[in-house]
Amino acid sequence: MSLDLSPRPGAAPFPRMVAAQAAMEARLMLRNGEQLLLAVVIPVIVLVGGVTGADQLGLDLAHRPVDVFTPGVLALAVMSTAFTSLAIATGFERRYGVIKRLGSSPLPRSGLLAGKVGGLLVIELFQVVVVSVVGLLLGWDPANGVVGAFLALVVGTFAFAALGLLVAGVLRAEATLAAANLIYLLLLAGGAVVLPSSSYGAFGEVTRWLPSGALGDAMRHSCLDGGVGWRDLLVLAVWGAVGTVLTARTFRWE
Amino acid sequence: MRYGAKVAVDGLSLTVERCTITAVLGPNGAGKTTTLETAEGYRRPHAGSVRVLGLDPVADRHALLPRIGVMLQGGGAWSGVRADEMLRHVARLHAHPLDLEALSARLGLGECGRTPYRRLSGGQQQRLGLAMAIVGRPEVAFVDEPTAGMDPAARRTTWELLEELRDAGVTVVLTTHYMDEAERLADRIHIIDHGRLIASGTPLELTRGGHATTIRLVVTKPFPSDAPESLRRALGIGVEVTLLDELSIVVTGPADASSLAVVSRWCEENDVLPESLTLGQRTLEDVFLELTGRDLAS
Repeated sequence: MSLDLSPRPGAAPFPRMVAAQAAMEARLMLRNGEQLLLAVVIPVIVLVGGVTGADQLGLDLAHRPVDVFTPGVLALAVMSTAFTSLAIATGFERRYGVIKRLGSSPLPRSGLLAGKVGGLLVIELFQVVVVSVVGLLLGWDPANGVVGAFLALVVGTFAFAALGLLVAGVLRAEATLAAANLIYLLLLAGGAVVLPSSSYGAFGEVTRWLPSGALGDAMRHSCLDGGVGWRDLLVLAVWGAVGTVLTARTFRWE
Repeated sequence: MRYGAKVAVDGLSLTVERCTITAVLGPNGAGKTTTLETAEGYRRPHAGSVRVLGLDPVADRHALLPRIGVMLQGGGAWSGVRADEMLRHVARLHAHPLDLEALSARLGLGECGRTPYRRLSGGQQQRLGLAMAIVGRPEVAFVDEPTAGMDPAARRTTWELLEELRDAGVTVVLTTHYMDEAERLADRIHIIDHGRLIASGTPLELTRGGHATTIRLVVTKPFPSDAPESLRRALGIGVEVTLLDELSIVVTGPADASSLAVVSRWCEENDVLPESLTLGQRTLEDVFLELTGRDLAS
């Protein structure tokens, strides 16, 4: 086959570039075993373990355990992808010069970010399906809060992605890996993501203002009572805005 | 162009003509990559200006980037991405990419298409990097050390491809620290050292038509301190004598068999025992040596 090397430059249309980037990001994330563990395996274990062990845990919940845990685990899934997976992937992209390389391609930075968000949403859709199916099998009976849950997912993704990029843009790849996992574990245990802020006693006053608590409470609000958790969404939006400003100021592309 | 207090590229001024291959030649740390990355828009010069295709690489980034192709010195791909997948991804960002199969076959990437990037050999990674730089059919291709780590066959393939690109109307700017690469490929060579341009010209101009000759004298014990001066007197006008290190001297200028005789007689008179005495054509290596008093490899 002959190769016509004569110049014929041009960028692909913006939506096509973003779609290509999103597909690539999602594919690479799903191919990576650790990422998949974080995205699906841990949330499902938490869900099944929480629901089946709720009695032994002696939790004083206002609703059936499965109705409390399933939205909480949905929030956890969003957090693990938008924060931890994104931070780790981006940290290594900086290390391997991927971001630098794409920086000289026709894909603008806004397209790179849009592609990343698109990739996250693809993974999250997959997570939502898996977690919901497991929840339904365990007897989950959600209220009709699709709008609220969708908003929680979108604004939660915005907040955690901004924070994930903040970590990845400042620290070295290994430090990002460690920090992103550590923060994830701390928020999982004490951040009111899986369990409601109300079950943390006085500390619940703090967790309400954390992005993890806000996302968990927003998700629970819409799945338990229907409706939209505006207050929690506002907290998430503020975290997202602060994270975006800090990321824009500190992110180093190499 | 500075990094902190260190000036990496200083007062460098050069122009590249379209549809040529231009080599930026210099030792490691000379400022080659910095020069290239300034043209690619990665770095904003602290002083002076850069124009590529008439555009400012930083301010006019979005207009410029689709028109240039960039090969970085290393990396640039996800560690788990397959070679063909990576190339396809970059192709999708362009409006009229090259035929991927033909390009992969041309660069010998066919057999490693399914291999994850981290398992590719250094040479394969280089070839993939080159493929990513040209897949979008750019007007200008910036390639940073394109053949570093390649085996001789891959080097030759790469050279041929770069020549074909030029013949097809692409402007190629490459950095290298290989003399033979610059001499064989480039229409124009810019030699830089310590961030400064020290010579520019076609390979023939730089080596003065290849007519001028050099004599290299390597001895077994250190030269006396006045050796360069006394040897120059012995040889007469029109030659330059450079002390390379305490055991070797290079003579450049019009030299012939009788000059060799003069040098050997000078050795006898000064009680110097030559280990080797060679006569050769002037190469880029010699040019660099004359200009800097150092070997390019050092």
